[in-house]
Amino acid sequence: MAMNPSRKRRLTILSVIVVASALAISVGVYALQQNMNYLFTPSQVLGGQAHSYKTFRLGGMVKAGSIKRSETSLDVHFTVVDADGAMPVEYTGILPDLFRDDQSVIATGHMDGHHFVATEVLAKHDETYMPKELKEAMAKAHAGKPGLGSRE
Amino acid sequence: MSTWIPLWMHKLASPPTFYRVAGAIRPWALALALLLGAIGLYGGLVLAPPDYQQGDAYRIIFIHVPSAWMSMFIYAVMGVAGFVALIWRLKLAEVVAMQSAPIGAAFTAITLASGSLWGKPMWGTWWTWDARLTSELVLLFLYLGVIGLYHAFEDRRQGARAASFLAIIGVINVPIVHFSVVWWNTLHQGSTVNVFGHSKMAWDMLWPLLVVTLATKFYYAASLCARARTDLLDLEGGKDWVRKIADAEARP
Repeated sequence: MAMNPSRKRRLTILSVIVVASALAISVGVYALQQNMNYLFTPSQVLGGQAHSYKTFRLGGMVKAGSIKRSETSLDVHFTVVDADGAMPVEYTGILPDLFRDDQSVIATGHMDGHHFVATEVLAKHDETYMPKELKEAMAKAHAGKPGLGSRE
Repeated sequence: MSTWIPLWMHKLASPPTFYRVAGAIRPWALALALLLGAIGLYGGLVLAPPDYQQGDAYRIIFIHVPSAWMSMFIYAVMGVAGFVALIWRLKLAEVVAMQSAPIGAAFTAITLASGSLWGKPMWGTWWTWDARLTSELVLLFLYLGVIGLYHAFEDRRQGARAASFLAIIGVINVPIVHFSVVWWNTLHQGSTVNVFGHSKMAWDMLWPLLVVTLATKFYYAASLCARARTDLLDLEGGKDWVRKIADAEARP
């Protein structure tokens, strides 16, 4: 590589600065790792990981059959579950379109005794897209595991 | 210059040659962008079936995802061009880096706006401070910072070099945007389309997405060619090749 000395010097200086700032940012981001977690799952909350937060986000799946709406108001009760925990949630307000059984949701709020009082409920959807017919055919083929799109 | 760079690249990097080549590429790239954009959007908005979960609302993906990819792709191009500009002081690299910034910023703004419009009906909110949304917003600020720094200098080449430096440092944010959904719990879902592996999207929906993506690449090429040509004329104002062009166009 025939590079003249001044180019070589600029290349060295710039590389050192870029590597140093990449390292600094990586370390900073790594240090923020815990604070950057957007939510706690029910088992994390039950394990006490969220107890230093007054308000936090609770994320998990809506337990099938757990949604109970009030007849006279916008109050709704449901249970959010993850692999090894369950948390009863109460909320007053309008829910997003995707809110339903077995949907991932993220609720912002605080603990009140043993249940969670949400001030906002957001629905999370997965990264899978397919037509309804395909979804139904796949559900029939192997009981409900959301899978991959086909290429025919 | 160094011997390990092929001769044609040296030639292409000279402003008059690039001006001519970019002028030849631009109309073709623009035509392809319009054609592929029309095909892809027709495929996505009309032919593709509704999603099993989101119904028709998912169709904003055909704008959102190609824009998001371009916001990162253009940043990477800007970073590489900025790197070349700083080491080799190549005028064309400065022009490519600085003229890419507004195009990238526009794609980033479209990504954020379309994502917001999509988030409201599906998630239930216009905006949330999760890692993916926040890092994409940082990307927009980096673009704006590069544009601002470039224009803050009296001397344009000095400004281009200062802004190139900022652009290079900011490249670190690009993998953060991409991997944010893997590294942290986010409201934003993970990647649907995988280059090395199976994409989680039915083919009827996937092909329009890829066609629109190709269209945005050609749009970028066309837009960059046009912007770089204008900028080169401006930068090389007093030179012979520019005077020749000006004379030729002034003739009735």
